[in-house]
Amino acid sequence: MKIVLNNNPEEFDQDVMTVSELLKAKTFTFKMLIVRINGDLIKKDAYNTATIRDKDDVMVLHLVSGG
Amino acid sequence: MTFGEIRDKLKTKAVGIAGCGGLGSNCAVALARVGIGTLILTDFDRVSESNLNRQYYFLNQVGEPKAPALKRVIHQINPSVSVIAYEIKLDPEHILKYFRDCDVIVEAFDQAEEKKMLIETVLSVFPEKPLVIGLGMAGWGMNDSIHYRRTGNLHICGDEVTEISSIAPPIAPRVGMVANMQANVVLEILLKR
Repeated sequence: MKIVLNNNPEEFDQDVMTVSELLKAKTFTFKMLIVRINGDLIKKDAYNTATIRDKDDVMVLHLVSGG
Repeated sequence: MTFGEIRDKLKTKAVGIAGCGGLGSNCAVALARVGIGTLILTDFDRVSESNLNRQYYFLNQVGEPKAPALKRVIHQINPSVSVIAYEIKLDPEHILKYFRDCDVIVEAFDQAEEKKMLIETVLSVFPEKPLVIGLGMAGWGMNDSIHYRRTGNLHICGDEVTEISSIAPPIAPRVGMVANMQANVVLEILLKR
């Protein structure tokens, strides 16, 4: 499948993957994340169930302290 | 647009600023200078001497609660700004109550946990409202690492990487850069409409 991840095109062998699988595939290991699929907020307790499919627009934001 | 036209347009607009530290105080002052109509400020903390390395306060304000202290700073610059200052530790209920009528919300917290709470709450309860966040500004130098990007109603300013630590403290130049970048995004949003 082809998706857009953080405004960049990405391609995966799978036709569907969960948020957890995506984070693992991209080695995003940070604790503080904001995840959106096609604009919808995906909270942490749904990372194992929320699915990403072909043409989805995914945002993974890594929150760092400072301000 | 002339400056007069800019002021006319901005005076009807309200901006909510979550946190009056390095990002919030500098962003609020920039918006006040250009004539924003209303600022809604929230912060639970008091000004300390160590804040003066980046935050828009003065020595004689050390010990004062930040939100009302910032209101006084703003009114010394532009008394026509309507400033509502809340001394609170912002939670989801406050966001719903105090930021409901804001045209834009600025995320200006220090801790990643607080940023997460605000972003998740705003995306859930106000999915259409523009939210401008500051993300990654510790240390010094590296001018070209600071950038802006947008995804839907979420506007991101910062380097998205540098985390504050004892050897990469938040200090005036880069914090001010991101705070003013946030103010600049707010103007872009408000003047477009």
